[in-house]
Amino acid sequence: MKVLFGLFGLFGFFFTVATPVSAAETKVVDPLDSPQWTVMHHLYLNDEAVIFDDKVKIYAPEFAEDSMNVPVSFDASELKDIQEIVVIADLNPIPLVLRYFPQEISPYLAFRIKLQQGSPVRVAVKTGDNIWHVGSTWVDASGGGCTLPSVGTSTGDWSSTLGLVSANIWERSDDIPNRLRIKVMHPMDTGLAPGIPKFHIDKMTISDKQGKQLARLEVYEPISENPMLSLGVDKYEYLKINGRDNNGNIINAEVVKR
Amino acid sequence: MSFRNTLMSLCVFSCFFVNSIQAAKKFDYQLKAVEIADDVYVFEGKREDFSFKNGGNIVNSAFVVTEKGIIVIDSGISRRYGEQQRAAIGKVSNKPILGVYLTHHHPDHFLGNQAYMDTKIYAFADTKNSMNVEGENFRTNMYRLVGDWMRDTSIVLPTENLKPQIITLGEHVFEFISVPGHTSSDLAIFEHTSGVLFTGDLVFYNRAPTTPHANVDQWQKSLSTLKKLPFKVLVPGHGPVAKDDTPINQTSDYLNWLVTTLKHAASNGYDMTEVMRSKIPQRFQSLALVREELIRSVTHLYPGMENEFLRPVNQKD
Repeated sequence: MKVLFGLFGLFGFFFTVATPVSAAETKVVDPLDSPQWTVMHHLYLNDEAVIFDDKVKIYAPEFAEDSMNVPVSFDASELKDIQEIVVIADLNPIPLVLRYFPQEISPYLAFRIKLQQGSPVRVAVKTGDNIWHVGSTWVDASGGGCTLPSVGTSTGDWSSTLGLVSANIWERSDDIPNRLRIKVMHPMDTGLAPGIPKFHIDKMTISDKQGKQLARLEVYEPISENPMLSLGVDKYEYLKINGRDNNGNIINAEVVKR
Repeated sequence: MSFRNTLMSLCVFSCFFVNSIQAAKKFDYQLKAVEIADDVYVFEGKREDFSFKNGGNIVNSAFVVTEKGIIVIDSGISRRYGEQQRAAIGKVSNKPILGVYLTHHHPDHFLGNQAYMDTKIYAFADTKNSMNVEGENFRTNMYRLVGDWMRDTSIVLPTENLKPQIITLGEHVFEFISVPGHTSSDLAIFEHTSGVLFTGDLVFYNRAPTTPHANVDQWQKSLSTLKKLPFKVLVPGHGPVAKDDTPINQTSDYLNWLVTTLKHAASNGYDMTEVMRSKIPQRFQSLALVREELIRSVTHLYPGMENEFLRPVNQKD
């Protein structure tokens, strides 16, 4: 693993010196030239081998109209043998957004995040050969997304709806995976607003009717209040959702296509 | 001095010279009052988004010269805009300014108020309230979007509570009409004598409408109200002046398409990033900033629509 990274590093160095605009360079050098990329690579991708790969489709608007709710989605279905997917916003005070493990279903996920300032947003997909394939985009933002209290906390009514789930499954034709959309009521406080400790959903699983786990999700502070998630769930029409937050509150729900 | 050094110093000199000319021109909105009817003038803004280049001059403002004095409609984006607007008005007429009428609380329409602190500033009570609540955030965000054009701009709230009414000034008759929808409180002004209708941001023409505080159903109703007025000239909030109701129809058509598209997407389980990439019909593709405004509108309107198509699937323990 480290040897492989070393090789990539060496190639990167070689091409940087020899041919600054070679194709090989664009594969291993951050296309967004983010000052934090090296740190992100170290903290969240364990310094393992990385290529910047167009096969990881990432969609987000170029500017955040609402810094508290910046929509992001990714589709990594062009990659095979996916082990883990990590979403990072380099310049956020809390960069780690989520980890997704789509064990039995499509590697498609849509969600919304809080951005404190303009930042790269990354989707890093680790394949079985221990290489991270990274898709990147830049979102401009006016800021304030992470250090403001959630609406639920500031209005005080979060506790009456905490953990309530609403959802639906839409059938899609042919090879397109069915769509699960799920909204969980939760303040998702980041801990960065004065006097409000961090309080967020941290684990969720999606299982079939028999209880077989299809995907696992780790959710972190930057996910927006009352998370709205969209997943590609292949041809499943009955799904169980289980989760908990960092205070131990349990989330349980069953969704049936109608 | 070698030939090369001479060249160098010539270059340095001329660069300096050009820079100083540009410095003199700096922060000049180049406002030109265009007479669109007898005594009625418009400053037409660019059909662009806020930028360091345009300084936020993206809005139409206007004034009407009556025998008693001048009324101004919207004061623009910054102190500099307000001051330059007032100076440009002064070149047309030296009559006193009787008051400024603000169509709604968005920053491009009222942050020039500082230039009019010696006159009356009119707005509906709800408009004033929104300016008070949101003005400061608008102001700081504008520094980010247009930079030094905003220098020394601060919030000046309306001094007078406007109510829907008709007033006569000399031979001009002004009808102040409440037409909410673009925001919770919008003003349109119909000047009967000239037949000019100032729609505020209820109407956008050849520039995609913006929706950060919109209630689209209410907006459509207000457009119907405007359509019934016997106007001869229409001044939209953004976009060129027109002689018929084409701008009203275009705004209404776009809003209808927007809401239909978003509802259809919500009912089919699409996520925001997918809706933002929706196909834009041919007839709207020439509207300035249409993709950008669609993206913004999805952020504003979609979260309120998607819940309707989700079902509660658990009970609280």
